[in-house]
Amino acid sequence: MHEMSIAHSLVGIIEQEMAKHNVTRLIRIKVKFGRISAIVPEALQTAFEAMTAGTSLEGSALEIEEVPLVAKCRECQKEFSPEDDLMIMTCPHCSAEFGHDIVSGKELYIDEIEAE
Amino acid sequence: MQIKVVRKILEANDRISDQLRAMFQEKKILVLNLMSSPGAGKTTLLEKTLTDLKSEFNMAVIEGDLQTSNDAERVAATGAQAIQINTEGGCHLDGSMVLEAAGQMDLEKVDILFVENVGNLVCPAEFSVGEDYKITILSVVEGDDKPEKYPLIFAESKVMLLNKTDLLPYVDFSLEKASNFAKSLNKNIEIFPVSAKTREGLDSWYDWLRQEVIKKKDS
Ligand SMILES: [Zn+2]
Repeated sequence: MHEMSIAHSLVGIIEQEMAKHNVTRLIRIKVKFGRISAIVPEALQTAFEAMTAGTSLEGSALEIEEVPLVAKCRECQKEFSPEDDLMIMTCPHCSAEFGHDIVSGKELYIDEIEAE
Repeated sequence: MQIKVVRKILEANDRISDQLRAMFQEKKILVLNLMSSPGAGKTTLLEKTLTDLKSEFNMAVIEGDLQTSNDAERVAATGAQAIQINTEGGCHLDGSMVLEAAGQMDLEKVDILFVENVGNLVCPAEFSVGEDYKITILSVVEGDDKPEKYPLIFAESKVMLLNKTDLLPYVDFSLEKASNFAKSLNKNIEIFPVSAKTREGLDSWYDWLRQEVIKKKDS
């Protein structure tokens, strides 16, 4: 359950950003995570709620948005986004199997917050 | 008020990890973050490696463990410098734990530092600990679909050691399937089928280590 460590870091960044912009009430946070990152959104939600309970951040809405996996074909260099089968990714342009590069899908970042 | 943030959530850990990486680079220590499920044979493989290469390299181990110190004792019995980090139930090692452990070690003449992570294929993949490379150990008894279930760790690893190959005749495991799964997300992954028990395949792993130590010294 590393989502607890992640929620802890998340709260730290939110507090910094709120102080920087001189706001005190957090309304909404948007987190983006890559499809193959080791994040379970429900676990992060639970960890965030537990971490903020009884604090000034309590009750804010955590939005968690998935970033799709995008791969670049090792043969034809074109990008594609595998829909279902993440493994043995066959390039839809030239049919090359596995050995592609991951362009996106590993992210884990806080995108924006809304506060007043 | 809408505030565009765009900051990595684990940026604090990344900063510590960069600090560690700079320190290890200055000392030219090859640092390998070893990850696996519980029971993949990680400690046995490490023991064999420490024993077989001890005349060639000065090696040290940072041992991540949930509670016990059994693994650290096994590792120390090989003569390698070993230090234990008890995560007290925590599912992964992070940069600050490794920084603290490294501060208690004599790293002056060390060629290779192994960081043996907590047995878990999910959480450790997100936390960098200043390593040059992540190494994943998968045993053939675990099933060849593991890379499909835990894609990040295989996407991030430089090497996959497929351990317990002596058991291949008794289990339903395709080396080719596991390799292709791993390669589909990671063009550059190197795969060594090994048996820490029979020593089959260990020479290829050792040759890789020798080559990486030379690269590190020259870097
Ligand atoms: Zn292609």
